[in-house]
Amino acid sequence: MLGWELPPFNSGGLGEACFGLARALSKKGVQITFVLPKKLDVHMDFADLIFADVDEVAGNLAGAYTTNDSWSSLFPTNAFPPAQDYIGGALKFAEKMGLLAKRYKGSIDVVHAHDWLTYPAGMVAKRVLNKPLIAHVHATEFDRTGGHNPNPMVYAIEKKGFEIADKVLPVGGFMKDVLIEKYNVDQDKIQVVYNGIDDCRRDLAPVLTAFKELGYKVVLFLGRITLQKGPEYFVRAAKRILDYEPKTIFVVTGSGDMEGYMISEAARLGILDKFIFTGFLRGEERDQIYQAADLYVMPSVSEPFGITALEALVNKTPLLISKQSGVSEILKNALKVDFWDVEEMANKAVAVLKYSALKSDLQTEGQKEVRLYSWAKTADQVINVYNQVVH
Amino acid sequence: MRVKRYRVFDVGWDHDYFNDNTETNLNNKKVLAKVAAKSYLPTNTILLKLLENHPELSLTYSFSGILLEQLEKDFPEILDSFKKLINTGRVEVLSETYYHSLAFFYSRKEFERQVEMHKAKIKRVFGVTPKAFRNTELAYTNELAKWADEKGFTAILAEGWDSFLGWRSPNFVYKPKGTKKIKTLLKNYKLSDDIAFRFSEKSWSQWPLTADKFADWVSRINGNGQVVNLFMDYETFGEHQWEANGIFEFLRQLPTEILKHPDNNFLTVSEAAKAYPAMDEVDVPYIVTWADTERDLSAWVGNAIQTSAISLLYSLEKTILKANDPELTHDWRRLQTSDHFYYMCTKWFSDGDVHKYFNPYESPYDAFISFMNVVSDLKLRIEKKKQPQKSLNKKRKHIETSRNFPNSIGI
Repeated sequence: MLGWELPPFNSGGLGEACFGLARALSKKGVQITFVLPKKLDVHMDFADLIFADVDEVAGNLAGAYTTNDSWSSLFPTNAFPPAQDYIGGALKFAEKMGLLAKRYKGSIDVVHAHDWLTYPAGMVAKRVLNKPLIAHVHATEFDRTGGHNPNPMVYAIEKKGFEIADKVLPVGGFMKDVLIEKYNVDQDKIQVVYNGIDDCRRDLAPVLTAFKELGYKVVLFLGRITLQKGPEYFVRAAKRILDYEPKTIFVVTGSGDMEGYMISEAARLGILDKFIFTGFLRGEERDQIYQAADLYVMPSVSEPFGITALEALVNKTPLLISKQSGVSEILKNALKVDFWDVEEMANKAVAVLKYSALKSDLQTEGQKEVRLYSWAKTADQVINVYNQVVH
Repeated sequence: MRVKRYRVFDVGWDHDYFNDNTETNLNNKKVLAKVAAKSYLPTNTILLKLLENHPELSLTYSFSGILLEQLEKDFPEILDSFKKLINTGRVEVLSETYYHSLAFFYSRKEFERQVEMHKAKIKRVFGVTPKAFRNTELAYTNELAKWADEKGFTAILAEGWDSFLGWRSPNFVYKPKGTKKIKTLLKNYKLSDDIAFRFSEKSWSQWPLTADKFADWVSRINGNGQVVNLFMDYETFGEHQWEANGIFEFLRQLPTEILKHPDNNFLTVSEAAKAYPAMDEVDVPYIVTWADTERDLSAWVGNAIQTSAISLLYSLEKTILKANDPELTHDWRRLQTSDHFYYMCTKWFSDGDVHKYFNPYESPYDAFISFMNVVSDLKLRIEKKKQPQKSLNKKRKHIETSRNFPNSIGI
């Protein structure tokens, strides 16, 4: 299995998903050799973790979610490697894989690669080992860019990867359509495999108590603050919500290239004093924020899956998610809205803040439902795919 | 009857809760037109013919007041076809609540008012006075039977559910516990559901169900039962079970097939209660309905959103009635129709399918949100009414009457 990042060194859901899936697969008896491009201080006691030591040649690696445009706006001073380097990193990973894979000849049955950064390496491994390749798709270049200026090289790598792969596993049905339409992937090669979640709720020390004691309700945005996640719709809905529920605080957890925009937009609408920006949080702090929230809003413009929705449910937080997310295809006990329908987003958010029974039913039913989406279930589907390709 | 999509922004401005005019199933007029064409009209035509051809045949119907209102306003020809059936003199009409509500369990006084309103409506429309009672969703308890007994009803309907029947058969007439004269008729849910639920089910071992096969099942009860009570939604014919699957053919042949057996005949509810003595007493201290595997009220008031919505609605009773505004009261009562709460049911994973089939909203939570926003508006209207006159008498256009998804009719 080839990945790009693992928790705690992850910039988003990709690392979490790889980790969760690998662990569930190993519990079901699949032996995993997990290859990361460079050495990280991570532990995987259930898998054989190896590093391709790409940084010997490539220097620092870029985050999995960075696009060309966002890269240049994030790092204008050239403090980090130039834009092309994450593509370079992916290719170096492939180069290293050529050497690595030879050592594993005969001991590997399936090569399973997560997202385009590992596809070049995956294709090399498939050739060297002469084994089937599974291309798992957590996001395409169209999701990352919202369709604006997809990087042609990244697109080409993705497309090639899907062509070479024996099976392609998108994390949602909407993404399946994208793969067919934009990448011409053969429909029979595609099998949708939804993500899962394993955590169970731990009751944590409350946070934001000062606001809570004053009777404020908390509405949460959690995710990378990028175009893909729809932060602008969140701010506009906040304005409408405040017209009806003035005692509401909007917490923004995450970072990204639209953070500045979000702040200035809230200021322009005169509601910046109702916003709290926490920056990127992980682990316990992240769960505390979920637990403090009366509502988690995920207004993603394009969300192949949306694992934060499951995280919120585990933490007993009611959900309002965009219909443009993969997770909305499976979740029943969540409020759903088109990402662009700010009015309806506000209407539903106000209802949760106003009617406590709605909040409590979304919590109890949501918690029951989230147990159905375990990584173990996803692993069963993946093993099924393995069995189809291994002869 | 469905509340339209009603958002928090509409509160205080829009008081027409039932006038959806989209192409969705929230459009009450559209839904009734569809059901009337697919079910009521063809079924009425068939049954009228059958009544003409079979002097032994008799039937019993139960209409809610709001259905009749909607038919009067938009579909008078459908109402006429029902009148023709009742004018044969061999069709009984049951008593129920005007608004198809669960009021008995929330306000006895309001319940009684709705039963009275219904009685007046039936008298006005059909010229008859109901003698037997059936509650909304067949929701039944000892208490209800006692009430009906005191009111002089001759019979009351209930689900023939195993929890209180035990080894006993639903195919006899019973006496409800604590009553003097009234009798209870119990639904034979097996045979009723063979038609209402399983008729088109190809995976069912008895598919296809033919009239002679069904008549044979009914006849086998002879010697070990006196009545076979088949209660079902009228929409079973043509709407739940489609014409293409042969439901109308089945209906056309059924009386002939049943009457082939010399021991069989047809009775209305009141006739059956009169014809047979009570075999035993039934004791139902808890609520039994005809829904789902639980046969309780959990499809309507099983979760927090349902219970909070219905409690809020009934908590307005005093202030609404005090306001003494017919439109306000009518709106409040139309919100009591049990369907509103049914749409908020979250029992997705077991009984979920049938709920989803009937749910015109995207989710139970959406149903709740619109309903609660409407009740917020209703509360606001009461508040305004209490204030001095000038702020209030905003001219309102005539409320477009809404239409109710019709109710069950027992045969």
